[in-house]
Amino acid sequence: MGSAPELPSPKVTLRQPLLSLRNVTKIYGQQLSAVCALDGVDMDVEPGEFVAITGASGSGKSTAMSILGCLELPSDGEYCIEGYPVQNLAPDVLAALRNERFGFVFQTFNLLPRTSALENVALPLAYAGVGSRERTKRAAEALALVGLTGREDARSNQLSGGQQQRVAIARAIVNEPEIILADEPTGNLDSRMGAEIMQLLIGLNRERGITILMVTHDPNWAAYAPRQVVFKDGHILSDDRRADA
Amino acid sequence: MTFGATLSTALGALLRNKMRSFLTALGVVIGVAAVVIMQAMGQGATAYVGEAISGLGSNMLVAEPGSPRNFNPHSSGIPMFTMADVEAIRRQAHDVARLVPINTRSLRVVYGANNRNVNAGGVTTDYFVIRQWNVVAGRLPSAEDNRRTAQICVIGETVRDKLFGTQDPIGLEMRVHDISCRVVGVLESKGTSTFGIDQDDVVFLPFTTFSRRIMGTDRVAMIMFSPVAADRLDSVKRDVTAILHVRRHILAGEDDDFAVRDPREIQSLLESVTSILTLVLAGVAAISLVVGGIGIMNIMLVSVTERTREIGIRLAVGARANDILAQFLVEAVVISSLGGLAGLGLGAAGAYAVAKVINVPYVVPGVAMPIAFAVSVLVGVIFGVFPARRASRLNPLSALRFE
Repeated sequence: MGSAPELPSPKVTLRQPLLSLRNVTKIYGQQLSAVCALDGVDMDVEPGEFVAITGASGSGKSTAMSILGCLELPSDGEYCIEGYPVQNLAPDVLAALRNERFGFVFQTFNLLPRTSALENVALPLAYAGVGSRERTKRAAEALALVGLTGREDARSNQLSGGQQQRVAIARAIVNEPEIILADEPTGNLDSRMGAEIMQLLIGLNRERGITILMVTHDPNWAAYAPRQVVFKDGHILSDDRRADA
Repeated sequence: MTFGATLSTALGALLRNKMRSFLTALGVVIGVAAVVIMQAMGQGATAYVGEAISGLGSNMLVAEPGSPRNFNPHSSGIPMFTMADVEAIRRQAHDVARLVPINTRSLRVVYGANNRNVNAGGVTTDYFVIRQWNVVAGRLPSAEDNRRTAQICVIGETVRDKLFGTQDPIGLEMRVHDISCRVVGVLESKGTSTFGIDQDDVVFLPFTTFSRRIMGTDRVAMIMFSPVAADRLDSVKRDVTAILHVRRHILAGEDDDFAVRDPREIQSLLESVTSILTLVLAGVAAISLVVGGIGIMNIMLVSVTERTREIGIRLAVGARANDILAQFLVEAVVISSLGGLAGLGLGAAGAYAVAKVINVPYVVPGVAMPIAFAVSVLVGVIFGVFPARRASRLNPLSALRFE
């Protein structure tokens, strides 16, 4: 259980982007009620990048995140991780990809209710087949990294919003993923707590080289990111890299 | 996910909802307890009947006048046996070890100021051998007593207590109906029979004394006999039946006006009745287990819906469909098997209590308990699969966004 999914080596041995969307389309519903959430999106993400994805509600940014995080598959087009197309992978392999290569941070934190911080953080390790003792050790380390040492036994409802989001970040990094997908991570937090979370994400990106994709609708938070992608009506409106990045 | 982690996840989820888990398990608890109690009662009743019947003596047959299809021995108009019939059997039947003519009647016995109605019987010495019945004081009637038509008797313990109190009755004269008999022995206690008759409330006289001096008849109401060995029981039964057919002029195809019965037939009849009863009750218990299982399924379905978001989180951090399936299946099986264990305890205690109240032997339902437990586990699997599959088929994204 939980062994690493061996992605077959891509046939073309040219260097591939870490993540690449090629003409990706996502349609929800059928026929008359069909809604086109993504309409032919092309986008590459290189290792170590910090990308802010912005756009109005319904612009397709969250759909793009779900596809990038292997939570759902594109209706058309191709999504490749290191050049390998994801469409053809079995659900269990997708689950293992989410487990080992991605960490998720959500606007609503999405911690398990009535469960301790430590158990929440250890959850991905359990699905990776890590033994009980090792899980506890690594979860405690991850909590220390987000500054929550001493709150291991606190239940979700005993933590502030900022602390809950830090537990979520600890959960996202506990299995040492290459990519963190953060969907409005500061959306439910006041500006002081939001700034703390941003600092944490920036630190993870700079010090650990974790690739971060962050959806936000707040230009102030987006401004922290060296690369900003703006979605509108299922298309990419602009894709700007800051010179100092 | 390892099985240990799955198990602790399931236990954690159940402990977070203690009251609900308890109520969910209750159906299985009651079902399993019912199975165990039914089985214990059935086995207890069978054991009770078996004990009572084996008290009759295990290796004997009884011929009585009357239709073999009913148990009324003295149907009007049907002739009794005669001593000539007894002699014919003695001479012609193979493998008959002991042969006893018996007459019985309810009689009044008197000693001093005490009197009492008892079951009195005229028998020969072999009667006590076949029934493996001995005296606790004095002696049994002898063949010589029978030949001399001696006015002696042996009495049961109840008769001794009621008539003689603390007095030693051996050698004392008591009145039996209208003759005087000397008590020569006191029989050992046999207790109460299957049918609730006090087997110690008896007086036995030599067959000749009883028939001639009391009944005034040369007829024989009942013939008891035993084969030389237990495996000859059936052949002896056939032999005696054939002899009595001739003696009583019954042609082939005509209905018998007598019956040769094996007391074990009564036992097997009673056993089949109790086993049918047990089956019916087990069916009722099985239904209650199914109802318990439906209860589990119902709550599991509610639980899956309620925890859709949790499932979404688990899928997002890398749970595979099978991990989710296992988690909910293990929850269902843990509920049902814990319910099963509680049911075993409750059932064993309940069976013990009922056995004490209605005064039958308590039999530990050895076979029923592992079977009932296995069924409770199976109930969890069967009724847990559907909700667990539903949980495992959720789409990660829509599960995460479920409100």
